Amino acid sequence: MSASSSHPASGKPHGVFAGLRNWLLLPSWSIICIFVLAPIAIMLVYSFLTKEFRGGVIWEFTFAAYDQFFLNRGLFGDEPVKIEWTYINIFWRSIWQALLATVICLLIGFPTAYYIATRPASTRTIWLFMVTVPYWVNLLIRTVSMKFLIRDNGPINEWLLALDMINEPIHLINTPIAVQLGLFYSYLPFMVLPLYASIERYDHSLSEAAADLYASKWFTLWHIIVPSVKPGIVAGCILVFIPSLGAFLAPDLLGGAKNFMIGSLIEEQFKGTAGNWPFGAAASMILLSAVLLVLMWYARSTSRARTKRGRGSE
Amino acid sequence: MNKSLKDIRHYFGFLPITILCLTLLYGPLIIVMIYSFNDSQSITIWGGFSLRWYEDVFFGLEAPKFKKAAFNSFSIALMAATTATTVATCAAIAMVRGGQFRGKGITFGLINLPIMVPEIVTAVATLIFFSTIGFKAGYATILVAHIAFCIPFAYLPISARLQGIDESYEEAAVDLYATRLQAFFQVLMPLMLPGIISGFLLAFVISLDDFIITNFVKGAGVETLPTAIFGAVKQGIKPNIMAISTLLLFLSIVIVTFSYLINKSGEKQ
Amino acid sequence: MKKSVAVIAACLLFVSGGALAAGKLSIYHWFEYIPQELLDKFAAQHDVEVTMDTYDSNEALLAAMKGGKVGQYDVAVPGDYMVEIMAAEGLLDTIADGELKNKGNIQPEWVDVSFDPGRMHSIPYQWGSTSFTVNRDAYSGDIRTTAMIFDPPAELSGKINVLDSQGEVLALASLHLGIEQCTSDKDKLRALNDLLQNAKPHWASFISDGAKDVLVSGEAAVGMIWNGFSAKARSENASLEYSYPKEGYLAWMDNVVLLMDAPNRANALLFMDFLLEPENAAAVTEFAQYTAGVTGTYELLSEGLKASPELNPPADAPPGTFVAVCDQATQELYDAIWTNLKK
Repeated sequence: MSASSSHPASGKPHGVFAGLRNWLLLPSWSIICIFVLAPIAIMLVYSFLTKEFRGGVIWEFTFAAYDQFFLNRGLFGDEPVKIEWTYINIFWRSIWQALLATVICLLIGFPTAYYIATRPASTRTIWLFMVTVPYWVNLLIRTVSMKFLIRDNGPINEWLLALDMINEPIHLINTPIAVQLGLFYSYLPFMVLPLYASIERYDHSLSEAAADLYASKWFTLWHIIVPSVKPGIVAGCILVFIPSLGAFLAPDLLGGAKNFMIGSLIEEQFKGTAGNWPFGAAASMILLSAVLLVLMWYARSTSRARTKRGRGSE
Repeated sequence: MNKSLKDIRHYFGFLPITILCLTLLYGPLIIVMIYSFNDSQSITIWGGFSLRWYEDVFFGLEAPKFKKAAFNSFSIALMAATTATTVATCAAIAMVRGGQFRGKGITFGLINLPIMVPEIVTAVATLIFFSTIGFKAGYATILVAHIAFCIPFAYLPISARLQGIDESYEEAAVDLYATRLQAFFQVLMPLMLPGIISGFLLAFVISLDDFIITNFVKGAGVETLPTAIFGAVKQGIKPNIMAISTLLLFLSIVIVTFSYLINKSGEKQ
Repeated sequence: MKKSVAVIAACLLFVSGGALAAGKLSIYHWFEYIPQELLDKFAAQHDVEVTMDTYDSNEALLAAMKGGKVGQYDVAVPGDYMVEIMAAEGLLDTIADGELKNKGNIQPEWVDVSFDPGRMHSIPYQWGSTSFTVNRDAYSGDIRTTAMIFDPPAELSGKINVLDSQGEVLALASLHLGIEQCTSDKDKLRALNDLLQNAKPHWASFISDGAKDVLVSGEAAVGMIWNGFSAKARSENASLEYSYPKEGYLAWMDNVVLLMDAPNRANALLFMDFLLEPENAAAVTEFAQYTAGVTGTYELLSEGLKASPELNPPADAPPGTFVAVCDQATQELYDAIWTNLKK
């Protein structure tokens, strides 16, 4: 992700286009500042506004949205203050589900990426093509396909029933397992591709050297290959974890009412019947903060790894 | 020697997991594809092969709705990807060829912000933004939102490609009295083209794929394919949705193949 | 590069000048509630390009309007209590005398309704009831009780779908408890809250737009649903039976309203007149399988629909109850109960 910033500018400091630098950056700066950064700032302001009766907001400063998120004052707001666990639990559940999806994607994605990266050049392209196609297929369509597949009267259950392997349909839809399956299925390609890119660059003479020193293959895998391709593993994990955390389609289409994730909670505040814009803005800010924490950890760990490596090579 | 090398690389169980992985990725899509040819009103009972649902997609009662949605989707994706690719190309030249400068790290973060922020957060922020400034939701709001979040997707392949091109090319051009504009359009751009096309295709697909942001910022009567499909699916998965899905699946395969060929020809250069 | 500019220019032209029809009409409607043929007929008759977006609950309609969709749509179809709320919120335009030439076609009992006295903002669309439907393959006992939803038999636990509709769920729960709507008695409200909290573990989903699909596909064995939608479900799965519970059920009337700042006000009025013609009202009824509020439609209906069990409550069924509109302080208490249920 930080490929270009990590590269020191090669060659002279004043290239052909260096003088135009600010002009060339102006369009991207302005578009992203106006249409991404400014909206996030306005959303932060919004999270401190007062909800109007029956929707809409009043421009009056209040902590009500955050209060509602973290504190429980009883059904009618007249009881002693307790901690509100509901939303914290939804966040925990979402983080937990996203982590689990990341781990499962890694467990399946790593062997796949490794297997493909060690194919001869001629067949490697075909394998790579095979794992890339799903990445380009519409996420909604993939989620709908999954929903169709695992329904109570979907093909899997019908076949198992027809083959007399089960007596009644396996009930998966509207369970956490279905959401998990959906998350895993949605973001698996995000894991395989960065892993592949990193394993492809792995120098297999290291494995040979290890074998010469009588290291077992699994020892080599764990102590030599995995550490060398760690940047790819971390990048893949981040690419799976972040979208899983804020996922909307999988919990909405596969999860039903009880398997709320943060994404559905936020969407509900703007579309559903329990609309509350400031609360939705506050929940979005909290989600964004969580994601930024993960990214800061990532940035710190990669820059530390870089300085370590830098010192080692000097 | 060769055999032992192979043995060192080979891990027991990785092939079955790869096959499992591909089965998981393709299984649902292939089953939907098969059922899209089902000649039966009920989606689960097989009633023989038929193209009736494809006919329904193009000529049925809901055809105008889906055609309009498809038109919106493709025109938005085309415009958003073109704009984002242009903007991203400029940014990539500045970032890769601009030397070290203050705020480079921040600029890099800024360009990639739309990838790092969860989509639902971008969606909420954009909705609140348009509503605060009183901008009427509609086709234009979707387009603007798509341009903004497509920029990093176009940027990454373009800057990767540019990093692999030696600076001496454009320097030679300038030494031969080419203007900077000529140096870009006649020397650098042809070299960057595989990266630019990859960036464009990625941005195009990302725009076509987007549901959640579009769903938040779309206005009256403006649907894109994902929002139209989502609306239909909420009322139950019908065979015509499977036919549309299959068509989009083939479109994806065409785009990936195209992008592969482009990259291959780029490598040869 | 030049080519792509040309393509973009062509696209822009297409978008801006895409509409060939003389006028437009922008409808905000419930999902699956009007046949496409009827919209096409209106479009052809008046040379109007019709676009329609859909919502799945009265509250979602209100949220969209309050969230900035005013001025984007010409007509919407809120239920009775929502007409009253939207009028109070200033979201509805007034239809002047003589603007609707078919106003006389409204059935007399639906002219001077409490939620819109004198029909200043609305015309009747369809009316019906809200209760629930049971898959008889899954449960053969007595289904004519709201306990099926709020205190279900053990074998149905986890197989229940409830509408994602605040007004209807809270009103039906009040009927189950036998308490009046819009009460500010906190003990009764707590009882209502407890009932819902205890029932929630038995519910699988809160789905409105898929309410028919979950029953037809067997995903749910019991599902809260509207009578006409249930009739459509029964035509796809014969083991489904709609219940008229002894404790009571909800009655409602959906109405076409003229929205404030309608961009195509004249076409909106034409559309309302169009829907007041018996032939067109009957087409909606045949499609949605509820009951129209327009004179002269009943004769046009098919015999099958006239005899449908969903439209003909058993003789011992109590009359349906309409959802009441509460004052702000009381409504905020109900909102708290709903938020507590959904979270």
